[in-house]
Amino acid sequence: MTQTTVKPSLALGTLHTGRLPIPELIALVVGLGCFFAFPSNLGFMTEIVIMILLVLSLDLLLGYTGIASLGQAAMFGGGAYCAGLFALHIHNDPLLGLIMAALFGGLMAGVSGLLFLRAHGLSFIILTIAFGSLTFAVANQLNWLTGGDDGLYGYIMAPLFGAFEFDFFGRTGFLYSLGILLVVFYGLRRLVNSPFGLSAQGIREDRQRMTSLGFPVYRVMLMIYIIAGAIAGIAGALSAQTIQVVGLQSLSFTMSAEALVMLILGGTGRLYGAVIGTVVFMVVHHYAADLDPSTWMLVIGLMLIAVVLFLPKGMVQLVDMTRNKVSRLNGGAGHDNSK
Amino acid sequence: MGTLINILIDGVVYGLLLFMIAVGLTITMGLMRFINLAHGVFAMLGGYAAIWLIRQMGLPWLPGVIIAVLAIAAISVPLERWLVSRVYQRPPLDQVLLTIGIVFCMVAISGLVFGTRVSSMPFPEFLSGSLDLGFKVLPAQRILVVSVGVASFVGLWLLLEKTRFGIQLRATVDNVQTASAMGINTRRVATLAFALGAGMAALGGIVGSALMPIEPYYPLTYMVLFLAVVAVGGQGNLTGTLVGALLLGMIDTATKYLAPQLSSILFFVAIIVIISLRPNGLFGRAAV
Repeated sequence: MTQTTVKPSLALGTLHTGRLPIPELIALVVGLGCFFAFPSNLGFMTEIVIMILLVLSLDLLLGYTGIASLGQAAMFGGGAYCAGLFALHIHNDPLLGLIMAALFGGLMAGVSGLLFLRAHGLSFIILTIAFGSLTFAVANQLNWLTGGDDGLYGYIMAPLFGAFEFDFFGRTGFLYSLGILLVVFYGLRRLVNSPFGLSAQGIREDRQRMTSLGFPVYRVMLMIYIIAGAIAGIAGALSAQTIQVVGLQSLSFTMSAEALVMLILGGTGRLYGAVIGTVVFMVVHHYAADLDPSTWMLVIGLMLIAVVLFLPKGMVQLVDMTRNKVSRLNGGAGHDNSK
Repeated sequence: MGTLINILIDGVVYGLLLFMIAVGLTITMGLMRFINLAHGVFAMLGGYAAIWLIRQMGLPWLPGVIIAVLAIAAISVPLERWLVSRVYQRPPLDQVLLTIGIVFCMVAISGLVFGTRVSSMPFPEFLSGSLDLGFKVLPAQRILVVSVGVASFVGLWLLLEKTRFGIQLRATVDNVQTASAMGINTRRVATLAFALGAGMAALGGIVGSALMPIEPYYPLTYMVLFLAVVAVGGQGNLTGTLVGALLLGMIDTATKYLAPQLSSILFFVAIIVIISLRPNGLFGRAAV
């Protein structure tokens, strides 16, 4: 990670110099546009919104702090089971469940991060994979609690704010998830450009230098890990609440790996990269749903190899490349005029 | 007491198998600091190649196994040259992503070609019986694993300690730049070591197919296990890998004997505890 990437934060900075939260407004308009344009695909679009949240949490870890985790599904699935069980046994208010799941995701990340963040490179990656496998094994083992292979179901969510029922078409579910996404996105955007977020980016660029400069590197990384865990937990809770089933696959390694693929596809270190990558991946997945699972796995595998070899910075690199080309063309035209 | 002996014996068998499969991983990681999540693919492919050669082509057992091992080692050479070596200098994440990509592709392709069920490995007559050791009856296949495993360790040790290639390899593990400056062709060493590791993994996959059945999800199922052996044993350390493999083999066997219901939970907890306490391996020099 030696490339200097100060640009993204500057680019975002230009977007939020005004008081208006412009990116969130754009996302809101696009989201609402999709809401009215594709009323029969609301379930699928809700799924996209949820995955964007999960991928954003990974972007915060990997793209902004340089922590490569392959076990983010642990917190996602943990949040999903937490929200499902909370609704089933304690209270079925969605927002209350969401808060519980965020706390639970943060707690899982806090406990595991305390142990794991001392390790680097290979050891850290193995630890995150092992943690994912551990949570999967635990959920499978506790099938009296989690439903095991059959999944956790049978809870009915109370209306949102006591007024909006979760309808069969998924209207409430989509708007609810979209709203949460906008709030989280706004918070993340503030976070990554805050002094705290900048110190996280410093850790990504050069951990040793940040240590010598006297930054509490371990503590910053742990905080980021906990925040990312909480966001993953929120994503899991939304999934549990809108689909009303929690399955073991929410904890699987494939889930973690797919989230990573989406992030890499879009491009790390920019929040909108996570959004683009997720949307592209999910849409491709949706239309490839007719393929059998093996073929789909082959597609993901080839996508990964291609991105690593040809687009190491993700699809945002394509955007940059076109932008450069356009500006060069403009520059060339200006040159011609001067002649 | 009987259980303890069982755990010891089965743990050693399992540990030697893990050593055979993971030793290639430890060498390539030590050499090129290359994080390879796809190493289990070679073990699986070795298994499939042997099954195909023996069942479909009708080869006798031993030649079938030898050709399968050589074939996998040969296949790994272009893979290393054209694909894997392109990310040697890249950040660990790129290596992880590329190798996960390879795993997904190979899982998918094996599923499509060989079917998603377990493919059973044919074994010759003299390996399908069992041997009475007096205090325990051992299936002959486990004895095969032990003998091949021990022979592999000794062979590799001799190769690394006594041959010119071994000297070059150890020099490259210690410091690539210096080794290169001394006139060692480190690219060639890396390719040969990669092929050697792939062949070893194929051999392990074949002789261990009774313990780790050959099926398309093989590389994903055992991924953590192989990586953990390297993390515990230390990168590029032959004896360390053997100790790490035996330790993890023992732990896994012990949890299966003592608490079969909780075995996978306990095993992952054990891995997490060991690696978080000793992130640089049991005999860890600080990671470079």
